[in-house]
Amino acid sequence: MTGWVNGRAEKGNKIVAGMNAELLVKNGRVIDPANGIDTKADVLVAGGKIVQVGRVDPAAAKSAKKVIDAEGMLVSPGLIDIHVHFREPGDEEEETIASGSAAAVAAGFTSVVCMPNTNPIIDNETDVEYIHRKGRQARKTHVYTMGAITKGLKGVELAEMGMMIEAGAVGFTDDGCGVQDPAVMLRALKYASMFDVVIAQHCQDDGFAANGVMNAGYFSTILGLPGIDALAEEAMLWRDIQLVKKTNVRYHAQHISTAGSVELIRSAKAASLPVTCEVSPHHLLLTDENCCEYDTNYKVNPPLRSGKDIEAIRRAVGEGLVDALATDHAPHLQSEKELEFLAAPFGIASLECALGLYVKALIQPGIIDWPGLISLMTSRPAKIIGIDKGTLARGAQADITIIDPDAEYEIDVNTFVSKSRNCPYHGWKIKGKAIKTIVQGEVRFEA
Amino acid sequence: MALMRKSRQPKWNRRHLLGLRELTAEEITYILDTAEGFEQVSRRSVKKAPPLRGKVVVNLFFEDSTRTRTSFALAANRLSADIIEFTKKSSSVSKGETLLDTARNLEAMGIDIVVVRHGAGGAARLLSRNIKACVVNAGDGFCEHPTQALLDVYTIRKIKGSLEGLKIAIVGDIAHSRVARSDMWAMTKLGAEVIFVGPPTLMPGQVNRLPVKVSHSLDEVIEEVDVVNMLRIQFERLGGNPFPSIREYSHYFGLTVDRMKKTKPDILVMHPGPINRGLEMESEVADGGNSVILEQVTNGLAVRMAVLFLVNQAAAMEK
Amino acid sequence: MKVILDAAQIEQTIRDLTGQIVAVNCGDADLAVVGIRSRGEVLAQRLAAQLSAESGKVIPCGTLDITLYRDDLNSPEGLAQPVVRTTEIGFDISDKIIVLVDDVLHTGRSARAAMDALIDLGRPRAIRLAVLIDRGGREFPIQADYTGYSSDAAPGELVQVRFIECDGKDEVIIE
Repeated sequence: MTGWVNGRAEKGNKIVAGMNAELLVKNGRVIDPANGIDTKADVLVAGGKIVQVGRVDPAAAKSAKKVIDAEGMLVSPGLIDIHVHFREPGDEEEETIASGSAAAVAAGFTSVVCMPNTNPIIDNETDVEYIHRKGRQARKTHVYTMGAITKGLKGVELAEMGMMIEAGAVGFTDDGCGVQDPAVMLRALKYASMFDVVIAQHCQDDGFAANGVMNAGYFSTILGLPGIDALAEEAMLWRDIQLVKKTNVRYHAQHISTAGSVELIRSAKAASLPVTCEVSPHHLLLTDENCCEYDTNYKVNPPLRSGKDIEAIRRAVGEGLVDALATDHAPHLQSEKELEFLAAPFGIASLECALGLYVKALIQPGIIDWPGLISLMTSRPAKIIGIDKGTLARGAQADITIIDPDAEYEIDVNTFVSKSRNCPYHGWKIKGKAIKTIVQGEVRFEA
Repeated sequence: MALMRKSRQPKWNRRHLLGLRELTAEEITYILDTAEGFEQVSRRSVKKAPPLRGKVVVNLFFEDSTRTRTSFALAANRLSADIIEFTKKSSSVSKGETLLDTARNLEAMGIDIVVVRHGAGGAARLLSRNIKACVVNAGDGFCEHPTQALLDVYTIRKIKGSLEGLKIAIVGDIAHSRVARSDMWAMTKLGAEVIFVGPPTLMPGQVNRLPVKVSHSLDEVIEEVDVVNMLRIQFERLGGNPFPSIREYSHYFGLTVDRMKKTKPDILVMHPGPINRGLEMESEVADGGNSVILEQVTNGLAVRMAVLFLVNQAAAMEK
Repeated sequence: MKVILDAAQIEQTIRDLTGQIVAVNCGDADLAVVGIRSRGEVLAQRLAAQLSAESGKVIPCGTLDITLYRDDLNSPEGLAQPVVRTTEIGFDISDKIIVLVDDVLHTGRSARAAMDALIDLGRPRAIRLAVLIDRGGREFPIQADYTGYSSDAAPGELVQVRFIECDGKDEVIIE
């Protein structure tokens, strides 16, 4: 355990006997990076909110309706994934908000952010409200959504950002593609500057991407497949950073995949620009060499890059340059993935094994420790989208994930709660698993 | 002498011919040796032999092709197989029946060998993983075109005796050429030195990692090579405009009568066809004494007979 | 393993075969010899040499590869790896009397395949079969016209002809 000072826990208000506590999580290693806590402690929940972290008075403990013994476990703020595709509305055969959030909660997530590239596109307040309503009805995780930057993701006219913010949108992106026209992107950032909101970008200059289906390089050459050059991502990221300099609007680079992008992020942060970025599990673990058998489960956008890129991105995580880990969970039907590599859709479904994958990519090689990983899955992503989550502070909503850091298991796509199976990690052995997921004080998932 | 060859160990046990990248030099040589035995079938009065009698070969072509399709059909016929032509022009991304659906339907009718040409790299491999029939790749995207490369090396070997130590220039749109890729694998495995020649805009990504030399000047290499293989400029595959004009392309990379004056006297001029006369090659060169373009076509038949025969044998042995 | 013919006996047997062929085809202008790969090829060359010497004119000799005509190509019991080689017959077989030569006559299947292969090359006036060893065990209605040596080998036994040209010594063994 780290030598963090156990801040408010010990001094916290003693709970009074007779109070109506609903849940006590006791004896766990509580890791709450938002509050600088990493210590063995109990967590008491009442009224769906965190009441106390620390040594709970035995009388108060006795009053708790449910007690979970978390001895040997990690007790973390509920995990947050700021980049998922739940395909609803439009492609409910692949995933729904109900199936997706059920998968998420089973993987330890308590909040997810849906991307707006559904059918129809989420580019107005009604659509935003629809996502929220479906999320509430599913009653699994909190379900947030980003709205589209441009109407219909067409990259031409701005979508109604203000109205969508009022409906609860937590940011804007044209994810699936990048905003190509620099003038449109500049206009979007300028317009957004009157709200306190993040503009997120899937950086890909289509001119350089040239209908590519995998990373441009040696393997695309010998496989005879059109490639997406690293420049496609870096050129747009560079451009956007120049626009951020001009507008000073919060900007978030989604799923960065190249060593060059890491350097761009580094220099933007050095210049104190409001720039953040996220990384997906596959860009930490898989390379373009994995495409050699034309297995379309490795077809993803941004594409799998080289070993050197993986190294650079992992190092960036270690240096703190990366602000969030996000799965880019992109479910697809088996029949869609059973196509030619050229024709199959992009996307990897990895929500349900994400935690173990991050452990494999980042903790096992010693790049970060558990508090570091948990901050990248809780407080830091919460900050990017500006939600009051990812913390075990007193009075915060009681979203808690209990993790068994030693649970080893083999990924089996056939056990997925998600509707889709397009997961290249089938058969991988990973370590680290959420065993209980608590949302608003209610245990929504138990292993 | 042939008699001394003892082959108890199988030298060929592949049910599919998907590409040459995964083949050993020995396997490639084995196909070529086998093809020699088939060459004479086409020269005699009864141009047919019975080894594939009762077998069904499907020509499953999703891209335009005249000579490859005809060559496979004739090869199958000469081995006494029944041949079904299934030509479907479809963009790979169009909705509707997928490649696998089509192949599974054909298989349900009882077929033994699928010869497939498709616009997507890896299409043949996708089929091979999902159906029981033998799969022969007749060109997939710009990945591989193994039988074309086999007939190329067969033709060179027949005239030059061996590929060992030969210098071979492959000229043109390397980036979009499956022939260039398959040629590269076959020729380098058999000991030749391959030089890709073309403008940088027509070179594939990270070409420096391939087992070839690269030159952007045909004039620089034309004097030293033993074989020059002129690729067809495939206008349908070119994205954007990788060179300013046909005129300028021909100026730098066309095989002209003038350039032929500088070559070794016994240089072999090859082309996978069909030729854009006057573009990559002047007619006088295409029809000249060093051209082996028609021999390539003739040899293609023997090579494809050998391939059909060998994959069928491998399947029979697996049973 | 038992040697049933040694080098000298093989030489005598081939001379006997030559005699048989000459006796029947005496003065026939259109005689040609075709050996089945691979031991039949050697035997055919030796026979052709002797026949040429006896008759005072060159008797053409060719080699036939019967792989494509085998009846076991598509069965798993077939050869582990049937090797296709070239047929080398540098003369027109039409209207010739072809002496088809093989080392051992056993089931008759090779002879059947060889006849089919020959017929695809042209229309000989006649095909005669000459073998060094007839070991019995026929499965097809085929008999040799000229037999060097008859041996009753049991079904499981292997009769193997070895020639200097390909095996380093002349002998016939049974094992």
